[in-house]
Amino acid sequence: MLDLAKLWSALLDFAESPIGHSTGWIIVITVALIISVALLTLWERKVIGWMQLRRGPNRVRIFGLLPGVGQPFADVVKLLLKEVVIPTNSNRFLFRVAPMIALVPAFAAWAVIPLSPEVTVSRADAGLLYLLSLTSMGVYGVIIAGWAANSKYAFLGAMRSAAQMVAYEIAMGFALVGVLMATGSMNLGTIVRTQAGGLLSWNWFWLFPLLVVYFISGVAETNRAPFDVAEGESEIVAGFHVEYSGIAFALFFLAEYANMILISALTATFFFGGWQGPLEGYPGLGATFLGQPSFLWFGLKVFVLVFLFLWFRATFPRYRYDQIMRLGWKALIPVTLVWIGVEMLLELYRIGPWARPWFH
Amino acid sequence: MLIQVLFHLFAAILILAALGVITARNPVYSALALVMCFITSAAIWLLIEAEFLAVVLVLVYVGAVMVLFLFVVMMLDINLAELRQGFTRFAWLGWLTALAVIVEIVGVVWARGALGIDPGHGGTPEPATYSNTLDLGRVLYTHYAYPFELAAMVLLVAIVAAIALTMRRRQGLKYQDIGRQVAVRPADRVRLVKMAPEKRP
Repeated sequence: MLDLAKLWSALLDFAESPIGHSTGWIIVITVALIISVALLTLWERKVIGWMQLRRGPNRVRIFGLLPGVGQPFADVVKLLLKEVVIPTNSNRFLFRVAPMIALVPAFAAWAVIPLSPEVTVSRADAGLLYLLSLTSMGVYGVIIAGWAANSKYAFLGAMRSAAQMVAYEIAMGFALVGVLMATGSMNLGTIVRTQAGGLLSWNWFWLFPLLVVYFISGVAETNRAPFDVAEGESEIVAGFHVEYSGIAFALFFLAEYANMILISALTATFFFGGWQGPLEGYPGLGATFLGQPSFLWFGLKVFVLVFLFLWFRATFPRYRYDQIMRLGWKALIPVTLVWIGVEMLLELYRIGPWARPWFH
Repeated sequence: MLIQVLFHLFAAILILAALGVITARNPVYSALALVMCFITSAAIWLLIEAEFLAVVLVLVYVGAVMVLFLFVVMMLDINLAELRQGFTRFAWLGWLTALAVIVEIVGVVWARGALGIDPGHGGTPEPATYSNTLDLGRVLYTHYAYPFELAAMVLLVAIVAAIALTMRRRQGLKYQDIGRQVAVRPADRVRLVKMAPEKRP
């Protein structure tokens, strides 16, 4: 017993230290993210079910809760028990590594996202660049999976995905240049803090075109409908993960949904004030939790934005490949460039976020 | 101490990955080893507090250039035997290049030592409030604004040249004008005609 007590106190000491503190939060975020992904798959099927006048999954209960809540957990058990088939003449090593490569950026990016006024794992100064470089690495999982599987369909999916990601990354980067101009920092904590002051002082108001461009590019970057040509069931069966089965497929699924949550969190951070509350400055609310910035607001914003992903999927038909390229290069990039020019004018005449005294 | 351990670890990985680039039998493995090289060099740059360069290396080379590289390498049906034919014949050229690079690096380091320029920060880390990105931006847009713009112009010319080289219009290709496709209205395509019902015989 004495040893246990000693161990516990040593653990507490470790948790007090800076490294232990970050490690604790990393574990908390990872576990929370995995559970969120599980529940998000259920939520997606439910929401799309309701939109199509169906019930969605409604059989598996867990702890006697609402019907369907046990579905994702049942799915995980099923996928874990299935055989992972490795195709003949495939590249065995890369075939197994690809799902993990797809997973890493989706989780690693959370390191710099400010979750609440107090909690950020890393307050890196180049946080925005870090995010850009990580989200651009997500494509490797898809390309390697498509190539290693030794299948024409998978390879076609990988090629489409590579071209699409390279195209939309540019629009995404330019949209973030606009955010950078409005907040004057690459540190995500500072980006959130400069948006203080309620609904209209968040970036979305002055950077609305960039918000639209960023979110569309985000949907394209996660390979979600209507940009899911990398999968394209009706044309190339299931695209890059056609040969994957069992838990290897589940890892791709996990990566896709974690990326969805990530893009929503980033949009919330860059354009909707992160953990800032919308009711800030209203009389009488300042003392209650409604007037205070907190994780609650961040979670709410992420939830709403993730819902948009599901809504898009239920609403829009898939883009044709050439139209995707046209939208990325000929519509989104020019919009960002024009708006960066507009921002220069706003900055020159000190309008909007550039009216703040510390900016000059 | 920890920094030195990390440096040697990353340096070892970097050298192994670089060897992998030139010895791998499969060109896709070569490209992936090169990705590994870039990532470990970025890690080493992070150790000397050059975070902007490190992140941009990953962003530009790993995120964009190598994706296109892989794209091409995977698409090409490369004859490996033919590719490896010249390996020994042109080895002297490779050695010569390597030698030149080594001489240059040693020369720079030696010149800095002789001129009394401190390489690195002499081991003392910058304070936590120091931002490498901010400093770099400040210097680039004020002191070196003119060279910076020149470099941008050169890149722009390169882009225009690359596009001009690959733009070939063949005769008889059927392009789809998406702008016109989107602008189509039902009224232009379908004509609804009112007809009197025919008489029954």
